[in-house]
Amino acid sequence: MISRRTMLAVASSITLAVFSGISLAQGPVKVGMSMPQTGSLGAGGKAALLALQIWVEDVNKRGGLLGRKVDFIVYDDQTNPALTPSIYTKLLDVDKVDLLIAPYGTVPTAPIMPLVKQRGLLLMGNFSFQANRAVRHDMWFNNAPWNDARSWSQGFFEAAEKLGGAKTIAFLAADQEFAQNLANGAKQIAKSKDLKTVYEQNYPPATVDFSSMIRAVRAAKPDIVYVMSYPNDSVAIIRAVNEIGVGSQVKLFGGGMVGLQFTPIMESLGHLLNGIVNYNSYVPGVKYPGIEEFLKRYSERAAKEKVDPLGFYLPPFNYAIGQILEQAVAATKSLDHKTLAAWLHKNEVNTIVGPIRWDANGEWENPRVIMAQFRGVADKNVEQFRQPSKQVVLFPPQFKTGEVMGPFEKVRK
Amino acid sequence: MEFSFDLLLEAVVFGVLLGCFYAAVSIGLSVSFGLLDVPHVAHPALIVFGSYCTWFVARYGLDPILAGVVLMPLFFLLGVAIYRFYYETFEKRGTEAGVRGIAFFFGVALIIEVGLILIFGVDQRTVEAAYIGKSLELGDMRIPLRFLVAFGVAVVLMAGLTLYLAKTFTGRAIKAVAQDEPALRLMGADPVRIKQWAFGIATATASLAGALLIVIGPVDPGLDRTYIGRTFSVVVLAGLGSMTGTLAAGLILGITESIVLMQFGASWAPAVAFGLLLLVLGVRPQGLFGR
Repeated sequence: MISRRTMLAVASSITLAVFSGISLAQGPVKVGMSMPQTGSLGAGGKAALLALQIWVEDVNKRGGLLGRKVDFIVYDDQTNPALTPSIYTKLLDVDKVDLLIAPYGTVPTAPIMPLVKQRGLLLMGNFSFQANRAVRHDMWFNNAPWNDARSWSQGFFEAAEKLGGAKTIAFLAADQEFAQNLANGAKQIAKSKDLKTVYEQNYPPATVDFSSMIRAVRAAKPDIVYVMSYPNDSVAIIRAVNEIGVGSQVKLFGGGMVGLQFTPIMESLGHLLNGIVNYNSYVPGVKYPGIEEFLKRYSERAAKEKVDPLGFYLPPFNYAIGQILEQAVAATKSLDHKTLAAWLHKNEVNTIVGPIRWDANGEWENPRVIMAQFRGVADKNVEQFRQPSKQVVLFPPQFKTGEVMGPFEKVRK
Repeated sequence: MEFSFDLLLEAVVFGVLLGCFYAAVSIGLSVSFGLLDVPHVAHPALIVFGSYCTWFVARYGLDPILAGVVLMPLFFLLGVAIYRFYYETFEKRGTEAGVRGIAFFFGVALIIEVGLILIFGVDQRTVEAAYIGKSLELGDMRIPLRFLVAFGVAVVLMAGLTLYLAKTFTGRAIKAVAQDEPALRLMGADPVRIKQWAFGIATATASLAGALLIVIGPVDPGLDRTYIGRTFSVVVLAGLGSMTGTLAAGLILGITESIVLMQFGASWAPAVAFGLLLLVLGVRPQGLFGR
């Protein structure tokens, strides 16, 4: 005769076998993306990737998504926008991923926007700037703390106003999607503030030397220099500024220089950064619940994996992408893209970079772009950037840690 | 922007420095394409390869320019090997070699570029030296020292090569092989060996030009594409095989580019090389110093 205990054991085994069978049949939830791990955006991309890997490990420890393990599929797009459409086609048609994350950056993201719109897919944006402006895909949700060009540049122009007396402005922008979008917005703000444009230069993306342009900026004698550049250009521009100079009348320099948030670049430029007022997403001193604990864990892993040791700029916001997906899937109990998008449009999500709610275009309803000024930076010292005093927050008011200082050449010394 | 004489003067000074640098990166091509008639489209890729070799050696504390000089013998041997392969597989087989040779050298350029990506990745590389990041102040003008150093090295390189071709027996033999190969053979010299030697010299200059390239700015494996148009324009503009012409053409290109950038914008500057090339081909097909 079969005892009650044996019956229970058999029933449990059958139940377990059935459920694990279902789990095996469904397989893991595949999350796919391309990430620039080499090329101009590679330094940032590697750090962002580590943050997403940490989220994948965390979510799998919590039982995965809908009880299924999360598999993370990533390809290196080499910061080459020509590669991203084929990578995402492969992710969708060969790897059959369930959820998509956009590559880091506007330029690699822009070419995949028509693809995701055509196929009606949810796409988590990854620090793109107005990548959805023309396509207007209603299933796009950006993780970046900005919205339109005004939200990005507002802090820079407010800092200029604080310094007072600025009447002229020079624009230096890369001739590509991100920089041009930003430049158009910045020009509108400059116009609304009656700033006269005395120099405007759109340079081709392959430009290696900026000496001639910096000489022209200096000759134009602007009060403000607004630069919109990608990492390699940013480094070359700052070096040229150091060699040529921009003139003692320049009150404010910087604005939209990508790369000055990456630790390897910050370390290599050292004291050349001093005085520059530039955008950021997070700097020490800004308080978000859970971010410091994440950065501590990230730093330990980053040291082992030899990526950006500080990880202030992208990693918290990439970890947030995972948190956003996790909360949306848990709330809807679905992986259906339309269902997830509808939920994200209606709800606020709590992340380690604060609460996020999106507007109809998938950008942050309450943007929080930080405008900070580099001060007292020494050469070859990574650890110094953990001190809030090295990047003084000028904007937004809720995170402000100091007042802007000028003129630029004086603060540099 | 408004016209300014001060800015024009700066643009001309900077154009002269830039022009000498262009001449230095083109002088090897002036030998291989101009004198030897080898369609060496891989020359800019070899220069970028030279930059990476310089970066590699400079990591051990050697000055980048000195590293470029130290690497020259190795590049000479590399050039000899490339030419020997090209001669055996293409040139020896007849008159169609030119057309097929272009495909061969495009292949070499692609192999170099892909090889650099596989070994070093697509990230930019830079070097450090005492003269990088500093400038010379002349009144209101500030000239980056890296450009002055590149200018000085370029002048020495071109003067050395011009003297070598004019004053030495082998140099004159290289010029002779360009003018009348059968006559050289009748005089008992082996044109293939002379060409091999000349190609080795052209490739050796790529090592030093590569060092100048990485001193001027960061390099990445695809940078050769930026220079392919400029180097060929300089050589054709000069008149094939003219060393003095190469310097003059480099200066014309550098100054014009600098002025165009100042007055019309950075996006127009790359078009200058091809614009000048078309103009010269239309008006004086043999080039400025060609016969």
